[in-house]
Amino acid sequence: MAEMDTSSGGGHKKGPGVKKPTKKSTRVDLTPMVDLGFLLITFFVFTTTMQQPTAMHMAVPKDDPTIKTEVKQSGAMTILLGKGDQVYYYYGQLTNPTEQFKVSSYTKIRDEILNKKRNTPLGDLMIVIKPNEDATFKNTVDIFDEMTINDIKGGHFALDKITPAENNLVHLTEQSNGIK
Amino acid sequence: MPKVKIPRKSTNIDMTAMCDVAFLLLSFFIMATKQKPPEAITVKTPTSVSTEVAKEKAILVTLNKDGKVFLMLGDKTKKDEILKEMNTFRQLNLNDAEMAKLKAADYIGVPLAQLKSALDNNIKEDQMPGIPCLDSANNELREWMRVVTNAYQGTKKEDFELLVKGDDLAKYPAFKNIIDAFQANNQLRFKLVTSSETMPPESEYYKNHPPGSAKEN
Repeated sequence: MAEMDTSSGGGHKKGPGVKKPTKKSTRVDLTPMVDLGFLLITFFVFTTTMQQPTAMHMAVPKDDPTIKTEVKQSGAMTILLGKGDQVYYYYGQLTNPTEQFKVSSYTKIRDEILNKKRNTPLGDLMIVIKPNEDATFKNTVDIFDEMTINDIKGGHFALDKITPAENNLVHLTEQSNGIK
Repeated sequence: MPKVKIPRKSTNIDMTAMCDVAFLLLSFFIMATKQKPPEAITVKTPTSVSTEVAKEKAILVTLNKDGKVFLMLGDKTKKDEILKEMNTFRQLNLNDAEMAKLKAADYIGVPLAQLKSALDNNIKEDQMPGIPCLDSANNELREWMRVVTNAYQGTKKEDFELLVKGDDLAKYPAFKNIIDAFQANNQLRFKLVTSSETMPPESEYYKNHPPGSAKEN
């Protein structure tokens, strides 16, 4: 920004040959400095609020083997978590593995859950989550998060232990699909 | 007719004041942000759509990517009580100096039998073997949780928070062992520490709870 010389209005003229020393303005343009200041402020404000860890609620049932929850076969969906971020699922009881047992992924499982939710009477829905020994902590959190995203109410999903038969199926599928 | 003189005004604005304000704010934010010490145990937490902020003052069970389990008693008011109880109950024979060291340490990550020697040798967090909680026979986390549960008996629900902070790559069985230790002490509600992720706008939750509506738990 050019500095406008406003100081030359009042002074009277000197005679010819007398050179007037050029007066330089002492003012510095502070605009870029202000810009930089605000940029840094924005940066600090954003980084501080965004790095706060969040907490996800989780509830587990009482450790009592006598408590058994009855689940309607028509409303049951079992999700199995395996190695290599693979998801497997089946509906109802596993009687015919070749037809029922399906492979999915963490991006595709959402549609399956929603589908099941829409086609099941409200009270009957039960999603059982069974991670096997190769599933990671991230996988477990992801699938619980999926419950929140799909608005499955508490009490309609549970974490359970994988049965040897189910785990066997997971391992066989992993082998045939070449997942390491 | 006299000439109307329009005074010529400068188009320059004095930026000094604005600059002062900007830098004052900047220094305020830098100083106000808590300097987070580099964490002794590195854990990369998974993401979730949860918006609730995890409390600092909490009982935190950390699970690192190798499946090691550490306990952090973030609530200083009960820390003394818990450690003393553990010392007398398991006859750890820690003297006052060792107790003070244990109290000052952030993480507990050594089997109880090695606690005394670990404190004497000042073992660093990243070299700790973790609290054993592999099976029911040698589940020391269960012991710790029992002492913690007793210490918090009678305190208000909102004053006690149980957090599990796990690494992305930690295997599920290690997490399951932690849950088992909680279940054994009837700690059925806890929270998982995650980093935030935005809720997909096309999701079911978003449709049923549009932003701005009352929060449901």
